[in-house]
Parts: sequence; C-alpha cells; structure tokens
Amino acid sequence: MTAIRIPPTLRNEVGGERQVEAHGGSVREVLEDLARRYPALESQLFEDGELATFVNVYLGGEDIRTLDGLDTTVDGLPMILLPAMAGGC
Amino acid sequence: MATYRELLAQVKGEIDEIGAADARERTESALFLDVREHDEWDEGAVPGAVHVPRGQLESRIEGLVPDKDRELVVYCSGGSRSAFAAKSLGELGYRNVASLTGGFTDWKRNGYPIETPTTLTPSQRARYSRHLLIPEVGEAGQQKLLSSRVLLIGAGGLGSPASLYLAAAGVGTIGIIDADVVDDSNLQRQIIHSTKRLGEPKVQSAKDTIEALNPDVQVKTYEERLTSENVERILADGWDVIVDGADNFPTRYLVNDASVWNDLPVVHGSIYRFEGQVTVFKPGHGPCYRCLFPTPPPPELAPSCAEGGVLGVLPGIIGSLQANEALKLLLGIGDGLQGRLLLFDALATTVDEVIVKRDASCPVCGESPTITEYIDYVEFCAGPRVTS
Repeated sequence: MTAIRIPPTLRNEVGGERQVEAHGGSVREVLEDLARRYPALESQLFEDGELATFVNVYLGGEDIRTLDGLDTTVDGLPMILLPAMAGGC
Repeated sequence: MATYRELLAQVKGEIDEIGAADARERTESALFLDVREHDEWDEGAVPGAVHVPRGQLESRIEGLVPDKDRELVVYCSGGSRSAFAAKSLGELGYRNVASLTGGFTDWKRNGYPIETPTTLTPSQRARYSRHLLIPEVGEAGQQKLLSSRVLLIGAGGLGSPASLYLAAAGVGTIGIIDADVVDDSNLQRQIIHSTKRLGEPKVQSAKDTIEALNPDVQVKTYEERLTSENVERILADGWDVIVDGADNFPTRYLVNDASVWNDLPVVHGSIYRFEGQVTVFKPGHGPCYRCLFPTPPPPELAPSCAEGGVLGVLPGIIGSLQANEALKLLLGIGDGLQGRLLLFDALATTVDEVIVKRDASCPVCGESPTITEYIDYVEFCAGPRVTS
C-alpha cells in the first residue's frame, strides 16, 4: 500500500480525505488504482493516458519527472500529489 | 593591592604586544579587533576591523570569532584597554592574540590607512539592538538591511506580514505593487490594513502602516497590476529581492520570467484554505517557477482564496517564512529554500519538504530557452484546456 497525500483542491474527489491509500508497484499502477477507487480523480490526474502536466507527483520527496516518471518503482515511499496554488490572498 | 599602573604593567608583561609597523604587516592575515567605544569607532577605524566595545568583548567574542586559533590584533586608542582585552582573550582560549601598543592613535600617526565606518544613529542602535546582538547580523548586517531594497508583489495576505516584518527589520526600501483597495473581507488576515482604511488603496494603507512602524523605511508604491507592459519599468527602480504574494497565475509566471531575465531572487509563497507553499527561486542557483510548475492548472483545479477561503492566520505563517527567506538572502546567511519546496499544513500542523530541481528543458531558464520575451500571461494561463 502506498500512502498518497491529496491536495486540498482534489479532496472533494476523495470524500474529503487528506490522505488515501492505493496499490501498485509503479507510480502509474498506484495512480491507476487510485483513479479506480475514486473515479472522479481520473480526469484531474490524466490527460490522454499520461499524467497531466499541471499535477506534480513526489515520491519520497522527489519529483517523479526527475526519476523514471510514471514507471518509477514506489518501494513503499509516501506519495504527494501537488498542483500549483496561486493564492497570496 | 595593586594600583592601575601596576596592574597594567603586569598585564602587559603577560601578553604579546606589537607596534603599528608590525600590525600593518598583519593586515592581510589577522583579524583586527577594535575594542573602543562606539563614538571612537565612528570617527575612524582600521579598514576591515571588527568592532566590539571592551565591555562586551567576553560575551560576544565567541560568536564573532569561533576559531580560537585565528590570528587577532586587538587595538584601542592607546594600547591599555587592548592589553586587558588581549589578556582576557587569552583566558578564553584564544591562542594567537597581539595587542597594538600605541593603539589607533599610533596607527594614524604613522599615516596608515583608516576608514570611517558608516554607522547607526543612537536611535537605530536602540531600535535594532536585538539584531546587533546576533553575530550573523550585527552592525554590518543591519547596515546591509538598511541599504537593501525589497519589492513585494501584492499587499494582501502574504504581503501584509512579509512587509511588516521586513520593515520592522529595517529593510531600507520596500516597494509594493497592488491595484486593489482595502475591503471588509480582507481584514480577517491582511494585518497591515485596518478598519479605518476601508476603501483606501492598499498600497497607501500599507505605506502608512509601515511608516508608522519604522521611519527608517522608504516605501515606494505602485498602484497598478503587474503586467508585461509595466514590469521592466518597475524593476528598473532597482531591487535586491522580490517577495511574491500574488493572487493569480498570470502574475506568478510573469514574475518568474522577469526575475530570470533580470537575475533577481524571488521568495515565493502561496496559500489555500489550511495549506501553504514556500520556496526560493534564485536564477542561476536552482530551479525557477516554471521548472516547478511547467503548466498552470485549469481554473477548476486552482480556486482562489476568494472562492475557496483561507484560514486567517495561514498567510501570517507563510508570509513570515517569506520574510525570513528574504532577510537571509539580503544578509547572505543561512541555508535558503532554493531547490526545496516547503509544504505547511495548518490543520495537521505538519511541515513537509519536497526537492525541486532545475529543468534543463525549462522554456525560460533551461539550456535552450524558447520563451525569451514577455508573453500574454493571461492567455497562457487560460490554456488550451479552457473551452466554452
């Protein structure tokens, strides 16, 4: 099981949870499992089968774009989903 | 019981003393320690000397000079106070200390170089006394802050605490860009404004508050939105650090591009509901905002605080962290948040950190930039995803 931190802007899609869990050996598998559990997330995370460019995924504190992308092995490390926030208000 | 003269003679017998000519030869290798009083220091000193009045020597020296093998030349005006100081330094474990016989008076008589330090006024010394006690700041650091210039994007939630703390710290010039007026709904968190300023331009309200807090600070106001058209004019006023507390993505990307092209560090902060993000983008020393967030999210994934709300104290925390990063950049001390994005969750009271790396293919700061001039940022942030 991989623990996934959900940003406030995506919490409506997961029943308000701050953190959820999903299965999988790679980042892709974990996110696909996550989207199966919470179908409303799918369109927020994926664009044409690839990770949406506006969503950052961190595994063990590292951006998966600097690792092996969606093919990165999760290895039990915690995951953080993080879209940009604009607010300085 | 010994008289003063006897005591001085005894102390001088126990320390190393050097003449002005010997001392001059050590100006490259040794640290000169001036133990005179403030008014004597103000009238001139050995260039590069560190000033610690004799009465504060023992309490402050280990903070100022942690290396007890450092070669030190101690001087006062005539060589007596420095003799006692040298003895005391020896007792504190400093192994390489010499007192300048004849002191600064002899140094000057020989025609050796002196400099007149820029000094704080007595009221500044009182105001910034808690800074002056910190070795990492001290008088030189405070002078640096007083001659520093910080530009704040926004006088809202983040800009309020950031500008107040920067002003209190004595940052000499603060620029504030904001086109809005103070509204009822701002006052739950925007602590630089007040009920009696409702309806006033935020930049004027912020200026009034800052000037009441610290008359040392000059506030330059820009009652306008930052745009591709005015950004270069505003940056041409000369800034050391930008503190970004904007409330929209077009401004975030505009600030980023301008900062990369003008080689200006940006202290970034953003907030939503209970969560905040802080980092520092320093051109040439790590990633830029586009390396972190290459694409802005679609509007439904990026609600503003006006739409989604924000806990009133959250900007206080995040804006204060921004002020802290800005002060460290100005002083050149500590480890900044370059390359690290700090994530604060006020509801769980947790602080997490993720690593942010420079992207070699970044369109602005990468190896082959494809964006080299200002674009239409509103259009860029609306993106192709937005359909009617």
